[in-house]
Amino acid sequence: MIRTIEQLNAVKEKSAEVVSTRVNKIDRGYKDVLVCGGTGCTSSGSAKLIKILEDEIKKNGIEEKINIVKTGCFGLCVLGPIMMVYPEGTFYSKVEAGQIPQIVESHLKNGVPVKEFLYSETVNGDEIGTLDDTSFYKKQHRVALRNCGVINPEHIEEYIARDGYQAIYKVLTSMTPDDVIQTLLDSGLRGRGGGGFPTGLKWKFAKASVNEQKYVCCNADEGDPGAFMDRSVLEGDPHAVIEAMEIAGFAIGANQGYIYVRAEYPIAVERLEIAIKQAEEEGLLGDDIFGTGFSFHIGLRLGAGAFVCGEETALMTSIEGNRGEPRPRPPFPAVKGLFEKPTILNNVETYANVCQIILNGAQWFAGMGTEKSKGTKVFALGGKIRNTGLVEVPMGTTLREVIEEIGGGIPNGKKFKAAQTGGPSGGCIPPEHLDVPIDYDNLIFIGSMMGSGGLIVMDEDNCMVDIAKFFLDFTVDESCGKCTACRIGTKRLYEILTKITEGKGTLEDLDKLEELCYYIKENALCGLGQTAPNPVLSTLRYFRDEYIAHVVDKRCPAGVCKELLTIRILPEKCKGCSLCSRKCPVNAISGKIGSPYVVDHSKCLKCGVCMANCKFNAIVMD
Amino acid sequence: MVNIKINGIACSAPEGSTILEAARLVGIRIPTLCYLKDINAIGACRICVVEVKGARSLVAACVYPISEGMEIQTNTPKIVKSRRTTLELVLSNHRKDCLSCVRSGSCELQALCNEYGVNEYAYEGENPVIVVDDSSLHMVRDNSKCILCRRCTAVCAKTQVIGVIGANDRGFATQIGSAFDMPLSETACVSCGQCTAVCPTGALTEKDDTQKVLDAIADPDKFVVVQAAPAVRASLGEAFGYPIGTNVEGKMIAALRRLGFDKVFDTNFSADLTIMEESAEFLDRMNNGGVLPMITSCSPGWIRYCENYFPEFIPNLSTCKSPQQMFGAIVKTYYAQKLGKKPEDIVSVSVMPCTAKKFEINREDENAAGVPDLDISITTRELARLIKKSGIMFTDLPDEVCDSPLGTGSGAGVIFGATGGVMEAALRTAVWTLTGKPDSTPIEFTEVRGTEGLKEATYNVAGTEVKVAVVSGLAQAKKLLKRIKSGEANYQFIEIMGCPGGCVNGGGQIIQPAYVRNFMDIGKERAKVLYGIDKANALRFSHENPDVKALYDEFLGEPNSHKAHEVLHTSYKAQKLYK
Amino acid sequence: MVLEKSSVPFFGTAEQKKRLMAVISEHKDEKGALMPILQKAQDIYGYLPIEVQQIIADEMDIPLEKVYGVVTFYAQFSTHPKGRYRISVCLGTACYVKGSGDIFNRLVERLGINGGEITPDGKFSLDACRCIGACGLAPVMTINDDVYGRLTVDDVDRILDKYN
Repeated sequence: MIRTIEQLNAVKEKSAEVVSTRVNKIDRGYKDVLVCGGTGCTSSGSAKLIKILEDEIKKNGIEEKINIVKTGCFGLCVLGPIMMVYPEGTFYSKVEAGQIPQIVESHLKNGVPVKEFLYSETVNGDEIGTLDDTSFYKKQHRVALRNCGVINPEHIEEYIARDGYQAIYKVLTSMTPDDVIQTLLDSGLRGRGGGGFPTGLKWKFAKASVNEQKYVCCNADEGDPGAFMDRSVLEGDPHAVIEAMEIAGFAIGANQGYIYVRAEYPIAVERLEIAIKQAEEEGLLGDDIFGTGFSFHIGLRLGAGAFVCGEETALMTSIEGNRGEPRPRPPFPAVKGLFEKPTILNNVETYANVCQIILNGAQWFAGMGTEKSKGTKVFALGGKIRNTGLVEVPMGTTLREVIEEIGGGIPNGKKFKAAQTGGPSGGCIPPEHLDVPIDYDNLIFIGSMMGSGGLIVMDEDNCMVDIAKFFLDFTVDESCGKCTACRIGTKRLYEILTKITEGKGTLEDLDKLEELCYYIKENALCGLGQTAPNPVLSTLRYFRDEYIAHVVDKRCPAGVCKELLTIRILPEKCKGCSLCSRKCPVNAISGKIGSPYVVDHSKCLKCGVCMANCKFNAIVMD
Repeated sequence: MVNIKINGIACSAPEGSTILEAARLVGIRIPTLCYLKDINAIGACRICVVEVKGARSLVAACVYPISEGMEIQTNTPKIVKSRRTTLELVLSNHRKDCLSCVRSGSCELQALCNEYGVNEYAYEGENPVIVVDDSSLHMVRDNSKCILCRRCTAVCAKTQVIGVIGANDRGFATQIGSAFDMPLSETACVSCGQCTAVCPTGALTEKDDTQKVLDAIADPDKFVVVQAAPAVRASLGEAFGYPIGTNVEGKMIAALRRLGFDKVFDTNFSADLTIMEESAEFLDRMNNGGVLPMITSCSPGWIRYCENYFPEFIPNLSTCKSPQQMFGAIVKTYYAQKLGKKPEDIVSVSVMPCTAKKFEINREDENAAGVPDLDISITTRELARLIKKSGIMFTDLPDEVCDSPLGTGSGAGVIFGATGGVMEAALRTAVWTLTGKPDSTPIEFTEVRGTEGLKEATYNVAGTEVKVAVVSGLAQAKKLLKRIKSGEANYQFIEIMGCPGGCVNGGGQIIQPAYVRNFMDIGKERAKVLYGIDKANALRFSHENPDVKALYDEFLGEPNSHKAHEVLHTSYKAQKLYK
Repeated sequence: MVLEKSSVPFFGTAEQKKRLMAVISEHKDEKGALMPILQKAQDIYGYLPIEVQQIIADEMDIPLEKVYGVVTFYAQFSTHPKGRYRISVCLGTACYVKGSGDIFNRLVERLGINGGEITPDGKFSLDACRCIGACGLAPVMTINDDVYGRLTVDDVDRILDKYN
């Protein structure tokens, strides 16, 4: 049990030494082998690797010299499973089971890194660099992710070693609730979950509501497709969220918190459970924390697969045990939220910044970012980009820096077409805005939004009408069905888009589409409904020519919309072997052996079997 | 008071008012669909959107509270266009058989579409495949006309605490239905019909039995008698343009006669009969250690609820049949004998403010003459429909009176239609019986009048304390029963009506659109009619009804006699919630 | 979507019922207990048939329809049994742009069932799922707890064969 700052500091000192091998690269006579235990690397088999690693280490008799640490996400998911060896900081990527014996023997036992298994970018002749030297990491600045990939999230001492639970001690012993709120206000921290509402202001409102019972909620229902920032924080640094919720509880006068986390995140759920249990055992969560009389409890609630529950009122409705349908605001949650009591809700990444702000001061945080968007932002990079993964950059970094430098650009020599931010509520950003500094207001200005931080890159092979349709499909599927505008409006939007991608659209449909988008924006009940048309509006704004091509020329320039494609046999390449004709399931191809075959478009299903079978690349679909 | 500006006009409204309420105060009606005061404030349909200066998007007036200095626009071109689009989207997912729909003319969606000049086919697309549920005896659910306003589910879950229908699935697939899409007849539905009374469209309607009535009347071999419940006369006029709260008793009787019924009688008669039996039963329970509190049994919705959810209270239920059923039983026994007809040759029809009565006529142990006590039960709405389609000019009709001998009712009988009425009528007769001093017997027991959910009173009757309670609406009933069960409350006599406000607010009454219901207690207005009739009646006590007296003299003997039990009493059974 | 009562007969054991009752009594007095109870009930039975929902409704003294309304709102609750091998294909953005739609279609073709369905022998069930966060491996599918990433259409056949 930790009841005093002396006890906390004693734990800190002891475990600081343990983490110094990896944090400060101090050689203390043994090696830390960090294996990513985040969802991405676990999916690519990191758990199995740890098992093999342990066996091999035992076989080599070096158990005493090696400390295996299962960490949270390093960020470079595309290179998973990832393994780092400290104190030197060498970086093995896409580690395979078969490589382990060699790595253990050569590197862990004999101190010679296995160059060919290292991430190529860190190997420069004889020089072996570290993760920090990669272009992926150089421009990053880690605040929310500072412990991810560094500590073992299942060991509370390692969090304590990294100043864990110092912030709540500071708050409880030397600050008033108003001080805390003022610090947050001064820091300029805005909600990282989507809207970007000033966090301090939210807390101020909730503090001002008079009620014996108030609640602190954490939104970990990260539902944007392609976004996994919050998951990584929960997997890699769960205590940071717990501690921040305690601070929020102190600030607004609440003693109960709920974390609403997606059930699709089993690892995050497990780590949270462990973290809550450990914090409770240490007395850092629960009754009378640090003997100050302040008590705070946290309950975990699992989502059950409803995107709309990321909306604050829907999330609360869901915790209450109902269909997760949003409620009209006002009343705002700060006045009447969960169980009709004053409530604050912040997302994981927002909380992940709070302790750092308390410890380092508002000015430190406000020193990063742009005028109206302070601090850093975590993005989940995905889609047509080399370095798929998680990056944290100061607000104001340009999209170009993120995509080209950190993300390593578009693979396969393809051309960048658009970046999608903000998930289904956001929009597509065209090449001309690549140099806009990313912050809340700029993104909204160019027709997208920050959202929770998903950043999907698209290249010339992506059809923007199809992308808009994809997002609308998502929205239709995830609409709660409560309000008319979203329930029927988005469905009709989707149907019009389908019509267009099938080549049946008219120019009037484009007008109707746009009109309906603006209608939904104005009329939907909740934030999700109001932003649902954004993917359509932004693609209409920047890629109208693609819409026109579908509608007027009945052509899909990216070659995605199947209904608009035809299969052709190039006569100059066709040898007349008849294979395609024999493979065609509907007998749509005919010809004479030895001379070029032809496709009967009235029969062709565009299944592509012919293309797959042609040995001469003589069949194209365009 | 909060100062605001609506459409540029400065005004003030009480703190806590919504924009909708504030606008109404200055004479502006903002259209609504999903909003039902106190029951359904969910801001879902988006038809009531208005512009608030400084707000990011349009806001729903039904749930948006006013605040000092707020500037509101309720009817700009942008708003009108938005509302039109909302209606067009709703219509794109709505079976548009408006010409023949039973709600044509009383449909709130239709009225708004007309007002906003919508293009019915502005949007086309997928419509979910919908199955019509006509499994239950009292109503039909047709989701192809449902606009998902959820007024029905709110009434079912909140006012009636049954919750047998609710929203299932989500998004575009969302639909109102029962668990596992069971037919309504297999659910714990109590047939109260409150959902049909609040549905803005034709999605929920009473089961139409008007053709059965017309067929019976047209059959020369059948002798067709009709009774009309007290509350019907307080609402029927609404269908013919009369203000809410108009007594149309005389015209109603004239209309029934013109429809071709052989005899037109009054349920007021059997209400008096019920009082004779029920007050005798109560005194018997009081004096002989019977199960107390005794609870009234006039409301079949309540009876079903008790059987479904509180079977432990079945011994507390009065064994008296409801007035409708007593009437039916008397017609097929006593009156049939009088006529010299076989009970099979009589078709007994009732006009009721209630949909559960359709269910009640099919209950077991309701067949005094070996055939069902009652054959057809229609609602006030169906009567209005019959009158219209038979070409009867209701407003031009003279006032007529009922036939004899089953056409006489006392003032005590007529107030059965309002919550507290049965209690008051029973008290009048019970006090008279106990004190044995007819002249000093009080007539009005105002403590049990009014539309509050729960009314309690204690009377000292000839040295005996009698504690009574009156509740209406099943949410109130549940609360009361739980308090009794836990020992928190104790009474000797309880009146429970299934519908809030009693029969005047029954599920079969003329439908009033939400914009009326939201600003007026229609039950209260209709109840005034009944108390007015009572006051004007020379007969104020059930036991003074000469026809009732004759019935006992000639046929039944004493109240609670063996014969009376055979004909006028029934039994109850605990029911399984799921079939 | 009109859900029918499951055509697969319900085989709940006394042991399962005991566990369910324990879960209910553990959570009953918590605020907002319905969701956790449903989640644990689904863990116990694999799905939430009418028999299970009735027990929950009765024990919690709430209408069955309320339970059903909640169950049908959330994608993770199922009123139908799942296959011994539960296949989920991620149709999140990252996977979608990398061709997971084709993977899904191939599975539909191979298994002869649509999303949300189960093969007649009860062996496989197929679902499309939202982003599971393995975007670095896109396109991705899972079979029970195993994750298969960087898939091609051909991989689908190979992987299915493993389970046959």
